[in-house]
Amino acid sequence: MGASGRTPARGPGGARPRLAVWKFASCDGCQLTLLDCEEELLSVAAQVEIAYFLEASSAPGPGPYDLSLVEGSITTPDDLERIRHVRRVSTRLVTIGACATAGGIQALRDFADVREFLSVVYARPDYIATLDRSTPISAHVPVDFELRGCPIDKRQLLEVVSAFLAGRRPVVPPNSVCVECKARGNACVMVAHGTPCLGPVTQAGCGALCPAFDRGCYGCFGPMESPNVRALNRQLRELGMSTPELVRVYRTFNAGEEPFRQASEDADPELLGHEKAPGEDRGGRR
Amino acid sequence: METVVIRSLEPLIAELRARGFTVVAPKARDRVIRMDEIASESELPRGHGDEQAPGRYRLRERDDEMLFGFAASPDSAKRYTQPPSRTLFRMRGENIEEPEAEVPRVALLGIRACDLAALAVQDRVFLGGRHPDPDYRKRREALFLVAVNCAVPGGTCFCVSMGTGPKATAGYDLALTELAGPHRFVADAGSARGAEILRALPRVPAAEADLDAAERVSRTAAEHMGRQVDTEGIKERVAGAHDSPRWQQVASRCLTCANCTMVCPTCFCTTVEDSTDLTEGAAERIERWDSCFTLGFSEVGGSPVRGSGAGRYRQWLTHKFSTWFDQFGTSGCVGCGRCITWCPVGIDVTEELANLP
Repeated sequence: MGASGRTPARGPGGARPRLAVWKFASCDGCQLTLLDCEEELLSVAAQVEIAYFLEASSAPGPGPYDLSLVEGSITTPDDLERIRHVRRVSTRLVTIGACATAGGIQALRDFADVREFLSVVYARPDYIATLDRSTPISAHVPVDFELRGCPIDKRQLLEVVSAFLAGRRPVVPPNSVCVECKARGNACVMVAHGTPCLGPVTQAGCGALCPAFDRGCYGCFGPMESPNVRALNRQLRELGMSTPELVRVYRTFNAGEEPFRQASEDADPELLGHEKAPGEDRGGRR
Repeated sequence: METVVIRSLEPLIAELRARGFTVVAPKARDRVIRMDEIASESELPRGHGDEQAPGRYRLRERDDEMLFGFAASPDSAKRYTQPPSRTLFRMRGENIEEPEAEVPRVALLGIRACDLAALAVQDRVFLGGRHPDPDYRKRREALFLVAVNCAVPGGTCFCVSMGTGPKATAGYDLALTELAGPHRFVADAGSARGAEILRALPRVPAAEADLDAAERVSRTAAEHMGRQVDTEGIKERVAGAHDSPRWQQVASRCLTCANCTMVCPTCFCTTVEDSTDLTEGAAERIERWDSCFTLGFSEVGGSPVRGSGAGRYRQWLTHKFSTWFDQFGTSGCVGCGRCITWCPVGIDVTEELANLP
């Protein structure tokens, strides 16, 4: 992640750049953010040719594409093949949303035995082809930029698309949610209400949405640039969170992000013995 | 003009509004005393107090009718002198447009001596030196300042140590001291426009007993500081502690979340962000609050100069209590205690200073 796309994503001969939107293991919420742009959607459509976007149109245009937005994580052997194809046909590849950047909620499988699930859930587990882990796109192919969030933020998506069209670095600050929260004028829910909040260890981008409605941050945008989870955990315990609660709060949409994994293990060191060793199967980016 | 006594703030609020000011005053909102627009005295947080400790703030009921029975709100005057975000210019092709600075006429009613001291510090930063900021000047001049002397300092206050309070001595248009039995305000003007407004209000001259009572409020407040700092030789002491192991200890607690700098009434650091929209050739540059606790703040050539939490905390504390003197001729800290209260893990700047060698 970081600075990339310094040359504009332009089609050959000055034609409109061609945009593709891809889905892997995900809920579609992040790609829907593009359709949710409503007012700005016509500007997007005027500036780029939306060549491949099955959520919006059943008429896919052939590659190559100047900019690919990729939603979802890699969870099946089929995905492994398909993401390599997507990378091959894309000049720039931007992953969107916690599934694509961190493995998503489905990365909870990383902490358990998938074969055991299969035997309990499916009548014929042998029909199911799935990987042991849910991994981010960047574990498999080079990624030009990772846009965080569950779901992503509309303003940030437009910023990233605009930045890639202009060939500049996207302005997506990796600092804490607290910076946005204070700028917005929220009262700190942790200090003033004693409400546990992941804001201090979570990356900004949502506009401090939950604290604006008196809720603690759920960490949807994953770890901020220098998260001190151990220090936050001590405070969350002071506020009354139990060990299982602490583990759960980090094991949601960004459970696969290393600092959040560490935070959950820091909360409950017993977990360490029961988990797969890092990088045990293919696709682990650790 | 002589010191007077006013019975109610209603005529003052009405007079300020009639003169085109938006009156911004303490209000109990979100279980916190916030600075917010009011239209009437009835919106002030009558009978509310606060309890402040490192990393902890609680609104409390008081068993009296005091309107200002609490310490510093998380909101200082900074939001009005230096908004969280503003557009510097927009451009389309060769055409550059600099938007007029938004200059709301705001009367801040109920700001504290520490906040006035912070404004004086900000004035040196933005108006002193070779590059005064004209937009800051406009916003600053549009403020009407009604200070209320602190009667009940918070558990994290240390204005006495920093020599900035609890009694407002300069930099205000009007200063009030709230008295009980009967409920009234001792008021005096600190500027010509303050005096003009005071003359327009129903008032009586202050009696000796009123002045004594007001003095007693400030004296009692001064004796009830929640914190203290030994400022003797502080500039040299903090600078000399550059290699102290203490920075590593505080870094193990510090979240580098930047809350302390956001609530600090003197922290002024910003970043600029350029954006283009989807239409070709259109761009905008904004300035927004930033913090020495973000990695981007010290990024040079693709990586941060101050990558460690220890380095960032040391930078902040050293700037506030040492290099600020070199740069602006004053302390950067006014002792309001906000950074202590609003630190999510309760790091106490006075404790850190005391523990430095």
